[in-house]
Amino acid sequence: MTDRPITEDDLHAYVDGRLDAARSEEVSAYLDKHPDVANRFGSYSVQRTLLQGAFDPVAGEPVPSRLNLNHMIATRRQNRVSSWRFLAAAVVLLFAGGSGGWYMHDMMVPPTEGVAALAREASDSFATYAGDRTRPVELRADNMVELVGWATERIGRKPVLPDLSKSGYRLMGGRVVSTPHGAGLMLMYDNDHGTRLVMLTRPMAVDQTRTMTPHSQGKVDGWAWASNGMGYSLVGSLPSEALHPLADDIRRQVQGEA
Amino acid sequence: MIPALRRYARGLVHDAVAADDLVQDCLERVISHWHRRRNDDARTWVFAILHNLAVNRLRQAARRGQHVAIEEIADDLMAHPPTQEDDLARADVVSAIQQLSEEQHSVLLLVAVEDLSYAQVAEVLAIPVGTVMSRLSRARERLRQILESPARDARPGSHLRRVK
Repeated sequence: MTDRPITEDDLHAYVDGRLDAARSEEVSAYLDKHPDVANRFGSYSVQRTLLQGAFDPVAGEPVPSRLNLNHMIATRRQNRVSSWRFLAAAVVLLFAGGSGGWYMHDMMVPPTEGVAALAREASDSFATYAGDRTRPVELRADNMVELVGWATERIGRKPVLPDLSKSGYRLMGGRVVSTPHGAGLMLMYDNDHGTRLVMLTRPMAVDQTRTMTPHSQGKVDGWAWASNGMGYSLVGSLPSEALHPLADDIRRQVQGEA
Repeated sequence: MIPALRRYARGLVHDAVAADDLVQDCLERVISHWHRRRNDDARTWVFAILHNLAVNRLRQAARRGQHVAIEEIADDLMAHPPTQEDDLARADVVSAIQQLSEEQHSVLLLVAVEDLSYAQVAEVLAIPVGTVMSRLSRARERLRQILESPARDARPGSHLRRVK
C-alpha cells in the first residue's frame, strides 16, 4: 500500500472500473473509513447502472434498414464514387465494438485493386464502347502508328497490339480510356458476324504479375491477367470458353514482344 | 459499432427518429471522409463526428425554440412503459439527465453508458482530460441532487408520484 492520497479522480475511476487492482484496493479501504464519501460515490455507481439499464436496450434493437451499410454503399456505387474507402470504413463500423459484424458475410464490395479491378474496368469499357455504332474507337486500325504513339505517351509504356486475325477477329482500332487507376488503352476487335471484343491494358500497381483468371459481369465475360507490371483483360459477349483461347493467344503475343 | 452509435444518439436527442437521422448522417460522413481521418482510434473519431452532429442539431433546435416536456422525453426513451421498480428508477434517471447541461450530459453518457476511457472521452469532445474529470464530477453530483431532492416526489407527473 502506498501513501498516495486518494483523489476525486481516483474515486470516479473506481466507480467506472478503471483502476488497477492495487489502487482499487486502496480506494476501497479509504471508502470503508469515510462513509460520507462512500455514500456519495455509491449513488454515482447506482446512476451508472441505471443509465446503462435505460440505454442498453437501444443497442439491442434491430438496426433499421436505412442504417444498413449495404444499402448505403449500394447507393454510393450508383454514383460511381471510388470505393476502396467504403470497405475500410465498413470494416471498422461493423467490427469495432464487437457487434453487428454478421452483416459482413453478404456484403458485396466491388474489387478496387489489382486484376479484379482491371477486369471490371474492361467490362465497363466494353459496355460503353462495344455497342457504339457511330464511333466505337477514336483511332482506327489504319492509323496504328498514331494509336501506339498516343497510348505510349498516356500510359507510359509502348503497348503491343495483338493480332487475332487467325481467329477471325480484326483490329478495329482503339482509344485511351480513363480508369480509377489512370489511363488505359482499349483495343476493339470484330469478326465477320459483327461480334466485338474489347481488350483493356494498363500499368498495374497491385498484382504486377498474376495468372489468368476468368471473370464475368452481367452478360459480359472475360479473362484477365498481369505480367511485368502490365495488366490485360479481354472481354466480350461470348462464352468464357470461347474467349479463353483468344486470351491465351494475346498473352503469348505480348510475352513474345517483351 | 452502429448499435453503440444509435444508443449514444438516443441518449443525446430524445426522439428515436431524430437520433437515427443523426446516426445516418454520421455514417455518410464516416464513409466519405474516411481518407481524411488523422486519428488512430477509429472509435473515438466516429463518436466525435456523431457528437458534433448532435450538438449542432440540438443548438439549432434550441434556436428555433423547440421544447419537449421532460416527462414526454422520458416516456419516449423507454422502450416499454415502466412497470417494475427498476424501470421507474431508470425512467427517473433518464428524465433527470435531461436537466443537465449538454456538456455534462454527454460526458456522463460517454463514460457510464459507452464505457469509453477518460482519455477517449477527451478525444471525442476535443477537451483536456482534466476538463472531462471536472465535468464528470459536476454531472454526477448534479444528477444526485436531482434524484435525491425531496421535492421530487411531489412534482406533478413524476413517475414516483404516478404509482402512488
